[in-house]
Parts: sequence; structure tokens; C-alpha cells
Amino acid sequence: MLQKLYDWIDERVDITPIWRDIADHEVPEHVNPAHHFSAFVYCFGGLTFFVVVIQILSGMFLTMYYVHDIENAWRSVYYLQIDVAHGQIVRGMHHWGASVVIVMLFLHTLRVFFQGAYKKPRELNWMVGVLLFFTILGLGFTGYLLPWDNKAYFATQVGLEIAEQVPLIGPEIKTLLAGDPDIVGAQTLSRFFAIHVFFLPGALFALMAIHFILIRRQGISGPL
Amino acid sequence: MHKGKGMKFVGDSRVSAERKSNIPKDYSEYPGRTEAFWPNFLLKEWLVGAVFLVGFLTLTLAHPAPLEGVADPTSSSYIPLPDWYFLFLYELLKYQFASGPFVLFGILVLPGIAFGALLLAPFLDNGPGRRPHQRPVAVTMMLLAVASVVWLTYESASVVNWEERAEANKPIHPDEMTVDTSHPGYEFYEANCMTCHGGNLEGTGAGPALLDTEKTAEEIATIAREGIGGMGPNMFQGSDEELEKLVDFIVSSKQDGE
Ligand code: HEM
Repeated sequence: MLQKLYDWIDERVDITPIWRDIADHEVPEHVNPAHHFSAFVYCFGGLTFFVVVIQILSGMFLTMYYVHDIENAWRSVYYLQIDVAHGQIVRGMHHWGASVVIVMLFLHTLRVFFQGAYKKPRELNWMVGVLLFFTILGLGFTGYLLPWDNKAYFATQVGLEIAEQVPLIGPEIKTLLAGDPDIVGAQTLSRFFAIHVFFLPGALFALMAIHFILIRRQGISGPL
Repeated sequence: MHKGKGMKFVGDSRVSAERKSNIPKDYSEYPGRTEAFWPNFLLKEWLVGAVFLVGFLTLTLAHPAPLEGVADPTSSSYIPLPDWYFLFLYELLKYQFASGPFVLFGILVLPGIAFGALLLAPFLDNGPGRRPHQRPVAVTMMLLAVASVVWLTYESASVVNWEERAEANKPIHPDEMTVDTSHPGYEFYEANCMTCHGGNLEGTGAGPALLDTEKTAEEIATIAREGIGGMGPNMFQGSDEELEKLVDFIVSSKQDGE
């Protein structure tokens, strides 16, 4: 039955090549922890991806309750945390995931670095990786403001003041992010929300797609 | 791909009528113990993922995500702190060579060099050897960078009293910040404690919240007389009878709905 359904679709849209591009590849011995335990260092990239998936899913559920205006943002988070069934778990996953993804990213970067896996022909993928790192840091910075509690507010204010000190374009950067040259307020929260939920995830998906396509093209680096 | 004469298509589409097999390739000719990703390797990989997920959920359940009181932009005593992974940059700016007149060094030059070098690492370290001992300069630089980040983070985090911070910034709902001003103890609270502990017992930068305090009446009475931590002795200057009313006021102040 399933086979028939598959054949029916395949005859019309030829999905076998797509499917094989995604799933059909080899796993060499030196990256397989089942054969060499030390190969667990190769898991960090995949675990980073796994946590990113957790972030996306928990984040989608958070937006069902979160309200991005300064009157209600804190209240909506408080309500989610205290009153909504399992709200505390969903928020907890997103909160801790943000830290765990940084840790995994750090370990993944160190694995690639100390193995010299960024050398020819993988230079481009390393640079895509560093951009991914910046994107994740940006997600951390913008997400921190969203609960609109004291730690959120004052950390963002400090961050924006640091950005303001950049020569020439500093004040412009601050205004672009905060929505106002001086006030950290309603505009700032809306902008951070938009950046956190639309702009940066968009960049993240695009960069991850390039990262994975390049890995599949080039294959994993050989044993040292 | 088959091209040219003799190609057959499905209807008038560009989909080839020739079906390809979707059985994975045979990897037995590959060097070593190479496995197929699908399905052999994936069956083991999801186990690793499951173990990771269990550990992660345990962490989440054991430590609920923190939430402080609603943002109060007028507060002048709140000491800001970024999330832990930005602490190293924050700490850097406290050094003399990276602050004041040299602040550009701290916010642009140093991070710019470090992250710029990270981005361009494949071109700076462009020799053929991949093993760490074949590229001593790159490896040393990275070790130094990692050590500095760890050190700066430690320096920044170790001076913070996290428990006190959490205690002083408990999430108190703005709608529930109403105190019973008719309570006989209120006037003594107002006269002795309010400047530091806030008009609604919600805490300020100078003193923690007293709403929903976990301390007993005796403990509160002792603290009012003898002080605790950053709070000096004899903050309360009145008779024991007045102290009793004050303590009763504090103990009876609870957030509704809990
Ligand atoms: C969201 C972030 C990222 C995800 C999901 C991710 C995922 C992955 C995965 C699954 C692999 C396959 C090998 C492995 O797992 O170790 C990989 C390889 C690679 N990653 Fe990442 N990565 C991310 C960020 C980065 C960063 C920050 C860097 C470097 C600065 C980087 C550089 C590389 C390079 C050069 C390879 C190829 C390594 C080789 O062939 O041995 N990636 N990545």
C-alpha cells in the first residue's frame, strides 16, 4: 500500500533522487562512535542541530501565549509560567536550550578547529559556520529582552549603549535596533521580537541549508 | 542522466519515465567499516539523541526558567548583567585598557581581531597539515583565546551573589502589589523599611523583596534589630511592641493567588 503510494507519487514527480540526496550517504568508520568511542566529538554538530529544532518547536509554542507589548509581555510570560499547563516546561526548554545550543556550538567549533577540518576545500563552510555562530548570539541577545523583566531591560540598555559608542554609525545602529535614539521601550520590544522571531531565524535557516549542502557535497573530513 | 534520443517521459512532463532504484548503495567496498547512513546509522544515532533529550528535559524540570519582576525603567539601583555567554565581553570592558578613553579598544578592536581571525582562520592557517602539532601558532592562539574567555567569564560570574539577586528580584505581579496600609504595622514599615524594601514590599536595588518572605516572624524580628548581610543593625528603632506589629505586617503580606 505504502509502496504503491510512493510509486504513484514517484512516477509523477520523480522524488527518488531527492530522497537519495538527503538520506543515502555513507558514514565512514572514523566518525562512527559505535566503532571508535572518541568519534563522539563528531556528534556536536548534529546535537547543535537537534537543540536548534527544540528551540524552533518550543519557540512556536511560546508565541501562542507571548504578547510583544510592554504592558503585557511580562504578564503573558508570568501567566504562561504559573498558570498554563506545562507552560513552565515549554518556557524552560526554550530558556535552557538557548544556553545548551551555545555550549554545543562551542564544542562543535572546537572539534572542527583542532582537527583542522576547515582547511581546503572546506574554507567556505567554516565561514558559514562562523556566521551561524553570530546568528545564534544575535538570537540570544534579542531573546533576552522579550520577558521584559528587570534583567532583560537593563541588559539590553547596556548592550545598546555599547553599540552606540561605535564611531560614526553607532547612534544609527542603536536607533535601528531600539526604534528610538534614547528610549528603550515599546518600539524596542517590538523590534527585538521581530528580529528574534523572523529576521534571525530566516538567516539561520538559510545558513544551515548552505552548511548542510556543503557538508553533503564535500563529505566529512577524513581521519587525521 | 540519460540524455538525447530515446528518452521517455511521463506524459508531456519532464519527469523521466525510467524509474531509478531507491535501495541504498552498497557501501561494503568503501574503506574500513563504512556504514550506510540510512537506515543502519540512523538507528543508532536516534539513541544518542534520546539520551541527550532525557538529560535536557531533566535539567529543564529541575530548574524552572527564571523570571524577575516586571521591568522598571525608573529603577536607578538595578545592577545590569547580560546572559552568561556575554559575560566575557562585559567583563573585558571593566579593564582600564578597554574602558573610558580606550573603550573602542574594548568594544571594537579586540573583539574585532578575535572574531575576525576566527572568521578568516582557514586563510590565516593555510598550511597543508591538519594535525594540531603541525600548526602550533593557530592552536596556541585558540588555546589562549579559549582560556581568556573562560577566565573572563569566571571573573565576572564569581563576584555575583546569584541567590541574593534572585531573592531581591522575585517576580511579583504588578496587579498584586497592593499592601494593606490599614494594618497597624504599616506605619512602622513605612518609617523604617520602605526606602530599601519598596513601597509594596517588592524590593529595590538596595534591599530584597519582603512579600512572600520565607523567613519566620522571629527571624524577621532579629534581622530588624541586628541586621543581615548588607543591612546594618538597628534599622528598626522602636519598642518591642511596635516591632511585633511590624513583623506581623510583613509576615501577613502575601501575594494573592498563591
Ligand atoms: C547552528 C549551527 C551549526 C550546526 C547545526 C552545524 C552542524 C554541522 C554538522 C551536523 C556537521 C557534520 C559534522 C559534525 O557533526 O561534526 C558540521 C560540519 C562542519 N561544521 Fe558545523 N554546524 C553549526 C555551526 C558551525 C560553526 C559555528 C562552525 C565554525 C565556526 C562550523 C563549521 C563546520 C565545518 C568546517 C564542518 C565540516 C567539518 C568536517 O568536514 O570535518 N559549523 N556542522
